[in-house]
Amino acid sequence: MFRNMSGFGNSLFDDFRRMQQEMDQLFGAGPAPSGIRAAVGGSYPPINMGSTPEQVDVYLFAAGLDMHKVDVTIHQNLLTIDGERNLITEVEAAYYRKERFEGKFHRVVTLPEDVDPDQVDASYQNGVLHITVKRRESNQPRQIEIR
Amino acid sequence: MTDPQEVNAAEPESARQPDEQERAIQPAVDIFEDELGITVQADMPGVSKDRVDIQIDKHTLTIEGFAEISMPEGMEPLYADVSSTRYMRSFSISSELDADQVEATLKDGVLTVRVPKREQFKPRKIEVRAG
Repeated sequence: MFRNMSGFGNSLFDDFRRMQQEMDQLFGAGPAPSGIRAAVGGSYPPINMGSTPEQVDVYLFAAGLDMHKVDVTIHQNLLTIDGERNLITEVEAAYYRKERFEGKFHRVVTLPEDVDPDQVDASYQNGVLHITVKRRESNQPRQIEIR
Repeated sequence: MTDPQEVNAAEPESARQPDEQERAIQPAVDIFEDELGITVQADMPGVSKDRVDIQIDKHTLTIEGFAEISMPEGMEPLYADVSSTRYMRSFSISSELDADQVEATLKDGVLTVRVPKREQFKPRKIEVRAG
């Protein structure tokens, strides 16, 4: 990975390292607790979830999806993602491996209870579906002034 | 004894390498062959065009990618199926494939690498002449 980046200057490289450290926090900094609705490992698509006081971010790692075939719904603090992935199979070719997921999928994520189901945003970039749900303001930490 | 300077020089690389190797995700792949060549399709969600690296020589094809995920500052993990941002996978290839003519595309996190067969290995239609 770093081989093709040797042309970059040091500051960008530092930024890159810092970014990686931040990502390490989200990606497997120890086993995160799994919810009761969490499917067993290997289910599609894999999901990561992280939170800040302002919002909850859910990432679905689902490359090559047609967003017309994906439904994201939220009911109170339950986030449901339904979809279908269709792959083009070359009829004339001989397949040696066929590991990529194909077909319908369904995943339910239990969000923290203080999320606001009216403030959801979803975007799809580079094969990652990123859903952001804002938390209710009353639940965000407030500075208490001492008189 | 090894020259200490040499050891020092090699240290950052060797210290980083095992960690990275360990943490790479093996992307799911489809591989198929037709008359003209072999195609590898790999799921690498989160990887953009400038974060993918494809290396090929006579014997090995290696695909590697680094996922970039936009995150708000100070995010704490709640749940993680994916525990690394690095994808890597290698395949051994045989000599009828033309390593110089590899083509690759990346769309929505799906990497497609096409390795054509050398000209002399492509099937030829033999015309049967009237006797």
